[in-house]
Amino acid sequence: MTDTTYDAYAGTSESTSGPVFTVTGQDWDTVDASAVDGDRIVVNMGPQHPSTHGVLRLILEIDGETVKDARPGIGYLHTGIEKNMEYRTWTQGVTFCTRMDYVAPFSNEAAYVAAVERLLGVEDDVPERARTIRVLMLELNRISSHLVCIATGGMELGALTVMTCGFRDRELILDLFEAISGLRMNHAYFRPGGVAQDLPDGAVEQLRDTVALLRKRLPEYAALCNANPIFKGRLKGVGHLELDGCLALGLTGPVLRATGYDWDLRRTQPYWGYDTYDFDVVTWDEPDAYGRFRVRLEEMWQSLRIVEQAIDRLEDTAGAPVMVDDPKIAWPARLSVGSDGQGNSAEHIRHIMGESMEALIHHFKLVTEGFRVPPGQVYAAIEAPRGEIGCHAVSDGGTRPYRVHFRDPSFVNLQGTSIMSEGGMLSDVIVAIASIDPVMGGVDR
Amino acid sequence: MADDKTRTVDDHTTTQDRSHDPVPAGDAPVVPADAETFEVVDVRRGMFGVHGTGDTSGYGGVTRPVAMPPASQAPFGPGDGPGWFDDVHDRLATLADGTDAIERVVVDRGEITFVVRRETLLDVVRHLRDDAALRFELCSSLSAVHFPHETGRELHVVLHLLSMTHRRRIRVETTCPDADPHVPSVVAVYPTADWQEREAYDMFGVVFDGHPALTRILMPDDWQGHPQRKDYPLGGIPVEYKGGTVPSPDQRRSYS
Repeated sequence: MTDTTYDAYAGTSESTSGPVFTVTGQDWDTVDASAVDGDRIVVNMGPQHPSTHGVLRLILEIDGETVKDARPGIGYLHTGIEKNMEYRTWTQGVTFCTRMDYVAPFSNEAAYVAAVERLLGVEDDVPERARTIRVLMLELNRISSHLVCIATGGMELGALTVMTCGFRDRELILDLFEAISGLRMNHAYFRPGGVAQDLPDGAVEQLRDTVALLRKRLPEYAALCNANPIFKGRLKGVGHLELDGCLALGLTGPVLRATGYDWDLRRTQPYWGYDTYDFDVVTWDEPDAYGRFRVRLEEMWQSLRIVEQAIDRLEDTAGAPVMVDDPKIAWPARLSVGSDGQGNSAEHIRHIMGESMEALIHHFKLVTEGFRVPPGQVYAAIEAPRGEIGCHAVSDGGTRPYRVHFRDPSFVNLQGTSIMSEGGMLSDVIVAIASIDPVMGGVDR
Repeated sequence: MADDKTRTVDDHTTTQDRSHDPVPAGDAPVVPADAETFEVVDVRRGMFGVHGTGDTSGYGGVTRPVAMPPASQAPFGPGDGPGWFDDVHDRLATLADGTDAIERVVVDRGEITFVVRRETLLDVVRHLRDDAALRFELCSSLSAVHFPHETGRELHVVLHLLSMTHRRRIRVETTCPDADPHVPSVVAVYPTADWQEREAYDMFGVVFDGHPALTRILMPDDWQGHPQRKDYPLGGIPVEYKGGTVPSPDQRRSYS
């Protein structure tokens, strides 16, 4: 082909319903205008589009600026996490599932370890301090996740100040995650039976400082957005979805609560002592993008309340165990930070390499082979920032999961795209999807 | 269970406690009076997945039956006495009267599973959603599990239903054979099952009859095979680095 302007994906073709013109940009003059008048235009948006919230592909049929038909296409970030987990031990599974919804990694880990602990029958044996640390991390993660939602949502409608503020404050929380778990993301910090390690020295002070700073910073979002006429003009009435629609399509989380229904698993089916914390379930009476924004904004305050209560409890339980008292489940090594990064503590290495052959055998067996989980299946659900994340875990009695399935809230909630967008303006599609807040890592897994 | 004609694995049902002690081949298992009846879905021999060579590991004689929790008898609980598990079961049995819908009930780890025949699945979930005493408004999750050794019921489709009114969760399970992987779609009752059924089809090849558009969702449209089935390898390509070779994950040593 000598013609350098040739494009295999552009051109005209015949179909049973008439001619199809495929244009890719700067070639609209090749379309015979007399033939397309009044006919359908199908726009492919994404998966590499800056405003589709990740690698989400939208296939939009439009009439002028009005969306007639909206279909999401997903799968561009599918990495086979569920399949991979079947080839690793139960403990290694945490390392995989934390990478699903990378904006709320602790929720993924939490659903998984809750399922494994129920399979093992050690739910009631998880130490109090481990539960408190989990609640602390989950709530900090809820704040950081909602900040990302508000930040990217703002960016997608042109409010760049919201974005810079959101990522600035999220960074504070990621610093805490790094101090406590060792990593900013992909923590693998929750383990079946407890958490990987106790809080480091000085963590409580750092937590208190950050909470105080967040208390100063969070009002900025309300001041910037709540009564902002442009912000309200873009969000109000967009992506409307009532309660019956939410339940039929399975939408949970802030989208459900914006309809006025106070369904929150932390309150309705409490786990890890959430019923002993003082907090309010946030609802809103307008089920649109603005209502969801306000629900998220207020939820951050409620999470901050829980974080403060958790810090108090952690001060009271300092030194208490953070892993179940069962050497057949608990990871044998204690971790510490050395000159070459995080790893097994020097005391543990000295013990297994120089003092006790039995300890070495135990370490080797548990780390390479893992522990056996009695056969059966369970479903554990927790309230993630985006809604209900559930883990269906099946064991065949072996050292590896027989099957793990995650009910990811982003995956299910994204089904609301069509009903929220169709009949509206093209620009409102972006707002509606941002209000669902899907994370494609969780959608595609 | 003995009069159940749809099942072909009755001869696999045996009595076994949870310790998975090796059962000497050929010996009739001694049945303690208080042992629970587990459902054996597979029997594994040896360890480390070594087959077809001399046994150098010393574990070649190990026989481990894979036994799932057995069917439960009323009262179901939760707890020792009758509880809401019984309420749901009795109400569902009344509503589905005459259709013999509930194949068996399994109560395990505080969760209840209704195993239903696939022909009656749609009726069952409709009752579960619509009846005021049941009211399972939300289908939390729908997925599949592949048990290649359960002849005649290799594919299990598992629904997790949530009643927000009563704050209850139940599991509904149905099965179909690999040779005829058809299960009725529940999209008409729970529209949220749309993508989840597409995923189960994509990953396991279960065909949901009545689904509005059963196409692949995560894998590319022209993909061959269904990746999460047990007969589909993981990766399958060894990793090579500076002359060393790491076998693909499904070929590595495993503790069968």
